[in-house]
Amino acid sequence: MSFFSKSPWILHYDASSCNGCDIEVLACLTPLYDLERFGVVNTGNPKHADILLITGSVNERNIDIIRNLYRQMPDPKVVVAVGACACSGGIFARAYNIQGGIDKVLPVDVYVPGCAARPESIIDGVVQGIGALEQKRRKSA
Amino acid sequence: MKRTIVPFGPQHPVLAEPLVLDLVLEDEKVIDAIPTIGYIHRGLEAMVDRVEYTEMGFVVERICGICSFMHGMGYCLALESIMSVEVPDRARWLRIIWAEISRIQSHLLWLGLGADAFGFENLFMHCWRMREEILDIFEKTTGGRIIHSVNRIGGVKRDISDSELIAIVARLDGLGKAFEATARVFANDPSIRHRMSGVGVLSMADARAVDAVGPMARASGVRMDTRLAGQNLYDQIEFEPVLETAGDCLARVVVRMREVRQSIDLIHQMVDKMPKGEGLPLENKPRGNPSGETFTRLEQPRGEVVYYVKANGTKYLERFRARTPTFANIPAMIKLVKGCDLADVPNIILTIDPCISCTER
Repeated sequence: MSFFSKSPWILHYDASSCNGCDIEVLACLTPLYDLERFGVVNTGNPKHADILLITGSVNERNIDIIRNLYRQMPDPKVVVAVGACACSGGIFARAYNIQGGIDKVLPVDVYVPGCAARPESIIDGVVQGIGALEQKRRKSA
Repeated sequence: MKRTIVPFGPQHPVLAEPLVLDLVLEDEKVIDAIPTIGYIHRGLEAMVDRVEYTEMGFVVERICGICSFMHGMGYCLALESIMSVEVPDRARWLRIIWAEISRIQSHLLWLGLGADAFGFENLFMHCWRMREEILDIFEKTTGGRIIHSVNRIGGVKRDISDSELIAIVARLDGLGKAFEATARVFANDPSIRHRMSGVGVLSMADARAVDAVGPMARASGVRMDTRLAGQNLYDQIEFEPVLETAGDCLARVVVRMREVRQSIDLIHQMVDKMPKGEGLPLENKPRGNPSGETFTRLEQPRGEVVYYVKANGTKYLERFRARTPTFANIPAMIKLVKGCDLADVPNIILTIDPCISCTER
């Protein structure tokens, strides 16, 4: 990937994470890691976002919210599941209110492992997400 | 006047977590705020019937990623008291050193988020840059940045060597100096004063009436801190809780800033007092299965947390319960939000330092 055709914006949603991955996602945007050097901006508006960064797993209550956020994002779009809980339910897979990883509801493009996922691996996941986004864009063009 | 209902959350830019409030407005004034919970509920307490008590500590740690160390510590303290395990001295000191380091981490994180909420992004970046130093210390001593897993029932898993402790104290001193520049901005910047001063005032009587805990109560002048009870060796060091009397958003910021300095001072005292030497015992392994029940209290960065554990002699606990500080502070938050301007809602919510993941578990 020599250049990106556009600055991808990310939308972060905390599904039912313990905060661990969420603060690591935020830490990615701060001076030490600086995800913004890839042109990535954290936005609160799903209609502005290209990459959906989800931490935590799916439960009864947030399943509609996750679908709703994904639906509002413009095509092409990419889903990055951050952390063990988002990938598979993680340590909470056996809890009664957890249905499983994000792939129960959405097509996940990149899985970022770790509990909590390290900023380095989150950045790697987002950069891979940018690649997936480029591919989708070319396909739809 | 016509009333409007503005939904706040579950996905909102000011807070990473899904807090949901229905704000009932008359013009710009908030008349009522109705909280809804459950978006982050995992059913963690009920996992005791599926996870053995020896492994439950790892689950409890993940109640919240910000104060994960103290959750693990509280669970182990509860089990130790049920099983009458004597924890080696050095392990007890190491625990409270880590606990105070995690308090600094949490407060720096919060100061950053608070700055972000009132639109001061530069300050947010500065606070989080300093927080990385603390995470570095955690990573060197425990192996993890966020989830540490060093607490075991009966002690701790890792030692910090004496030379390393001295290096940590020196590093914290450097951090304390760097923090002063940021603290000056928080205390003196006119735009911050304008947003925070006199906003969301919780009087001392109200703070007592709604049972506020932690920095929220201390910013209203209530001298309340679980560490005052002298448990966990806090009786062996000089400690006086930080108090402010104004009770507004600015006072809550100032309390947390002063607590950062105080924690650095406490760590100095702890490192001086703790037993020195290499190869001291760190862990007394418990025998058999626990039987009995107990309450444990700890002062987390956000306030008092209470754990209840009931064990029935099998390897699965009968009941585990955690009453977290945010849960105790929500009534205070609702009280403050009523009657404020819509634009002040994010500030007020942020200054209680909400941890929804703790609250809903």
